[in-house]
Amino acid sequence: MNQATYAIEIQGLSKRFGTIQAVDRVSFSVKRGELFAFLGVNGAGKSTTIAMLCGQLKKDSGEILIGGVSPTTHGEQIKRSLGVVFQQSVLDRALTVRDNLESRAALYGIYGKELARRLTELSELLELDSLLSRPLGKLSGGQQRRIDIARALIHRPQILILDEPTTGLDPQTRRSVWQVISRLQRTEGLTVFLTTHYMEEAAEADHVVILESGSVVAEGTPLELKNRYTGDFILLYGVTEEEVRSLGVPSDRVESIPDGWRIGVAHTKAATDLIVAHPHIFRDYEIVKGRMDDVFLSVTGKTLSEEAGGET
Amino acid sequence: MKSLRIWIKRNVKLFFKDKGLFFTSLITPAILLVLYITFLEKVYRDSFGMALPGNFLLSEDIIDAVVGGQLISSLLAVSCVTVAFCSNMLMVQDKLTGAARDIGLSPVPPHLPALSYYLSTLAVTVLIALVAVGGGFVYLGVMGWYLSVADVLLLLLDVFLLVMFGTVLSSIINFFLSSQGQISAVGTIVSSGYGFLCGAYMPISQFPEGLQRVISFLPGTYGTSLLRNHAMRGALEAMKEEGVPQEIVELIRDSIDCNLYFFDTKVEEWVMFAILGGSVALLLAVYILLNLRRAKQIV
Repeated sequence: MNQATYAIEIQGLSKRFGTIQAVDRVSFSVKRGELFAFLGVNGAGKSTTIAMLCGQLKKDSGEILIGGVSPTTHGEQIKRSLGVVFQQSVLDRALTVRDNLESRAALYGIYGKELARRLTELSELLELDSLLSRPLGKLSGGQQRRIDIARALIHRPQILILDEPTTGLDPQTRRSVWQVISRLQRTEGLTVFLTTHYMEEAAEADHVVILESGSVVAEGTPLELKNRYTGDFILLYGVTEEEVRSLGVPSDRVESIPDGWRIGVAHTKAATDLIVAHPHIFRDYEIVKGRMDDVFLSVTGKTLSEEAGGET
Repeated sequence: MKSLRIWIKRNVKLFFKDKGLFFTSLITPAILLVLYITFLEKVYRDSFGMALPGNFLLSEDIIDAVVGGQLISSLLAVSCVTVAFCSNMLMVQDKLTGAARDIGLSPVPPHLPALSYYLSTLAVTVLIALVAVGGGFVYLGVMGWYLSVADVLLLLLDVFLLVMFGTVLSSIINFFLSSQGQISAVGTIVSSGYGFLCGAYMPISQFPEGLQRVISFLPGTYGTSLLRNHAMRGALEAMKEEGVPQEIVELIRDSIDCNLYFFDTKVEEWVMFAILGGSVALLLAVYILLNLRRAKQIV
């Protein structure tokens, strides 16, 4: 791959299946080395876009450039630059981890000493030493995800595509998978292209694109999106419902939370004005930006967390 | 080349580690063995007895050898095809588990997975068929050995050709399958149907004439007949040496499918080889074309 600023550039990408417009003139760019989050409910067109990106599906129209080159003309080069972690493991459960990684490495012409060297590196990076001789099907969900990541990295790709990598995992395993991904991004300088149903994961991204019905409906950094679509929130503790009502904030902007209330305001200045006007009520409070869930709800009218586990 | 070898190894390992695939592939031969033990052996013996002239006494050893030859040729005829079908189901399973998608993401040329499925199925089926041949030879050794070196070599050639045929036929059919339901359906049809169609459970000569004509268009039929010829040739020759008239031996050969007729014309042995070999070549060409067409459909 050449040294283009953008790892991925997509312009006016479209794909239709019969009467369904799965992807409709989608355009976005992913900078080299950034963590990019691609959000959308099931059926929004995420997987179709990824399939076209990976060269597994023909596009109807538009332009895809990966590292400045097109999959149509540089298919093999691009395939070597992409590593993909699928939503569900695509490795062989009956075989050992070593057998799995050996067969996948062979697809990239990696074997013998080169494979041994890469396995050593990945073992250190992902703590695989004790797992290599065990059948994949006998490993825990978190361990299997680490093996999936190892498979995606076996050929040293420059872009790591993670298709809902933590769906179905318990919170602790999710955290550990994310620690691995963050470490990889830092140490290997990878560009990470992520689709996820967990908004706290998207909040860590450098850039976010939200897709709805095949079209991009919002994009920006998490902060930009929060400022644009949600405003600020005051988390107010140790007050009664009557005191909150006395603030005069519309009831649809007030939400009960454990030990207090979450009050929506247009922006930080509005929050400051409200606090200055009612100092006797604002004894214990904090001002926070909106969450990515609020952004998603505001943009699409839907919540993403309920969608976990399906095909997009 | 090394990548291909590693993928063949992967496929073979998966077949033997997947108990479902492995044991399913042995169902048809197992059914045949059960049928033989329970009643087929007696049917074969009785039918020889009836075919022989009035009070002619043939040595038990020869009858044992012919009955044994019928069993092992039937076993090999079904195993070579049904084992190939089951082993090649890995191609469909890879579509279901997403492994095929994973392979598609790599820069590997599209012919590598197709070739690896074909060669691993061939290897697995040859291996199992050779074990069956070995077992069959031991059985014939106990029952009555009448095979010449040429018979043994020709029998091995029949097995190899039939395995090639089963492998390429399953490659083409499995190419279009993409669900667990389809795997079960094809597996069931092949396991239960092929034994009858190739005449393993019951000689084709006993089928109604119309069905015999239909079956004479299926290349696998000639594979079964080749196996029958080479497994029993020595014993049938010995019959003649013991004084059984040539016409009677020919009648026996007709009744046990050593002789096959295509619209009343007897099919010579070399023609059987040509039909089987030609079918393998033709089906291989179809399989290659199917894979080339699929490769073009991807970006």
